[in-house]
Amino acid sequence: MATVTDLNISEVKLSEEYVGKWGMFINQDVCTGCQACVAACSMENNIAFVGPEDAGYGRTMNWIRIERFWDGEYPEIKMTSRQPMMCQQCGHAPCEPVCPAFATVHSQAQQLNLQVYNRCVGTRYCANNCPYQVRSFNWRDYKRPEPLPNQFNPDVTVRQRGVMEKCTFCIQRIHQAEDKARSEGREVADGEFTTACAQVCPADAITFGRVDNPESLVSQLTKQYEGLKHLPELGTLSNVSYFKGG
Amino acid sequence: MAEKNKSQAAHAHDDQHTQEHFREKHLMLDPLPRGQMNDMVMEAMTSKPTWKYWLTVIILGSIVLYGLGYSWYRLIVEGLGIAGVNRPSYWGIFLVNTVFWIGISHAGTFISAILRVFKAEFRRPFTRIAELMTTFGLVQAGFSIFMHMGRAWLSYWLMPYPNERLLWPNFHSPLSWDLLAITTYLLSSTMYLFLPLIPDLAMARDKSTGWRKTFYRILAIGFRGTEGEWTHLRHAMNIFAYAIIPVMFSVHTIVSWDFAAATRPGWNSTIYGPYFIIGALHSGMGAAAVVLAVVRGTMKNMTYFIRGEHFDAIGKLMLIISMGWAYFYFNDYIVQWYGGDKWTKALLHFHEAGPLGWMWLSMLIVNIAIPWAVLWNSKWRSNPWIISIVGILINVGMWFERYLIVPVSLSINRMPFTWRLYIPAVEVYLSLGTLALFILFYVIASKLIPFIPVWEVQEGQLAHKLSKFGRETVVTVSELE
Repeated sequence: MATVTDLNISEVKLSEEYVGKWGMFINQDVCTGCQACVAACSMENNIAFVGPEDAGYGRTMNWIRIERFWDGEYPEIKMTSRQPMMCQQCGHAPCEPVCPAFATVHSQAQQLNLQVYNRCVGTRYCANNCPYQVRSFNWRDYKRPEPLPNQFNPDVTVRQRGVMEKCTFCIQRIHQAEDKARSEGREVADGEFTTACAQVCPADAITFGRVDNPESLVSQLTKQYEGLKHLPELGTLSNVSYFKGG
Repeated sequence: MAEKNKSQAAHAHDDQHTQEHFREKHLMLDPLPRGQMNDMVMEAMTSKPTWKYWLTVIILGSIVLYGLGYSWYRLIVEGLGIAGVNRPSYWGIFLVNTVFWIGISHAGTFISAILRVFKAEFRRPFTRIAELMTTFGLVQAGFSIFMHMGRAWLSYWLMPYPNERLLWPNFHSPLSWDLLAITTYLLSSTMYLFLPLIPDLAMARDKSTGWRKTFYRILAIGFRGTEGEWTHLRHAMNIFAYAIIPVMFSVHTIVSWDFAAATRPGWNSTIYGPYFIIGALHSGMGAAAVVLAVVRGTMKNMTYFIRGEHFDAIGKLMLIISMGWAYFYFNDYIVQWYGGDKWTKALLHFHEAGPLGWMWLSMLIVNIAIPWAVLWNSKWRSNPWIISIVGILINVGMWFERYLIVPVSLSINRMPFTWRLYIPAVEVYLSLGTLALFILFYVIASKLIPFIPVWEVQEGQLAHKLSKFGRETVVTVSELE
């Protein structure tokens, strides 16, 4: 397994060998588009409520979104499957090198893209360069309507205006599970914990786990369904696999 | 005998006529005593401001106060939500203006440094006016880039300064290169503006009284015009003229890398460096022509210094640069189209046939068609009105070009679900604020800085001579430097 330090995109072989640590498998065929993951993610990660006006103008703040697509022209429309889209936690992320302040950096230990909120100055270059367009910007200090202010997650920072944010794969849950396992002197077991979106998905369309462990559920599902990555031609080495049968 | 005398007289008359024609046309062949030129420049600078001047200052000042002051204050207090930027157009008019103003600032150095190095004689009266454009334009570019930041109050984090956490800016990021390049350019172009200004400041010091005397005494840093001082000054100016040319090329190349280094369809183009440089020169030359025409029309005694020949020379440069821009534009466009990437194709189609297709078409008309149709004629080129209208149109076209590159290209990406148009909001006031501040800087500087480098003009006039070779009257230039 290659680590990111010796990862060189010019060496295609190495990049093909790249295996991340945490990853997801998403089965688009069973996704019903109920948006429970979107709601759960917002609750878990203290995501601001932008209101209808800003949301209508393309300023929704969701770390995960359900994309709907359709085939054909208006009267004869065939809905195709829904596509949950979140940060792909690329092994070779386009967002990281363009930040002038080192606010988005790579975690060597977790193989995740981190967003350091208090280092972000808001140039928004990372969001421009993200081919998946999954980053959310705090355009204002959004007021949370009652009773939302009563359910903040104490493990997650509340972000100020002018700061970029994105899906972290619920890194607070990862740390919690790792701390618990360490105190008990063992490794984190597969399925011991999961992200908020995977936890609430009623159809089990989202599976989260260790992609570097071939025995884990996510690895097995990816293998069984021959999961595909989004935009692999860009060499981003994403850690989320998708399956869409038809 | 009588016949011979007659023909001689006719010859003499012809000669006089040719000489008058030359004098009328060329500043360099129409010398005035140094003292008189000094007085003319001083009069233009120190004459009592008219009510029109104060009205201009008040109007521009209020636009600056509202556009830059109040709107920027709101932007900081309320957040970028009051601007039009959204997903996926994370960069809007702010970045359009940054690229635009850096482009404007290019022509100043281009005119001054490149023409000085190549000893183009027509540059002499307007190098100062052009150099001011560099400094004033870069200030607007800096404002625009800081405005667009989400947390502008932390922008010093982009500077490599020693701090207790040993955190440095990320030198992988084109924005870091950008900041360093713009800072270098601002400092070096300000020094390059200052060096040729010293003899004129000394002249102003010797010819003024009161607060002006103190002001120019401090700025002239004790220049007396001795042989040794001139030698040092010429050395310094020569070094700067050569050194600032690569700096100027690097700055706009690096600005283009903000786009070219990103993985966006339409942006990721290897020709962006030279394409942005020629685009910068295109808008900058246009702006220089407009500024010259305004200075000539509004300030005293300027019709002597700035003549049709100067607009003619700038017009020729504009025409050549317009052809260069067209070459680079279609080179970029055709290669991207030929590449066949489906997202790039969608983007190019969106440029031409999308809701802003009129912008794409008018960009081509005002950047290519109009300059080519007008600037081939030397009579039209020499007319300040015509050349400044073409200059304004070129600047509008180049602004459109940057608008197409930044928010319009950002509207299309590889995730069709997020495609969305950008509608500017408070950015409009901020843009007007930067434009008003640029003009206001000129309006104020016209009363504080000698706009014509008298020593440079006189140097040229001493070097130029009308000589006769046989029957032909020929302009000769001697090498002074």
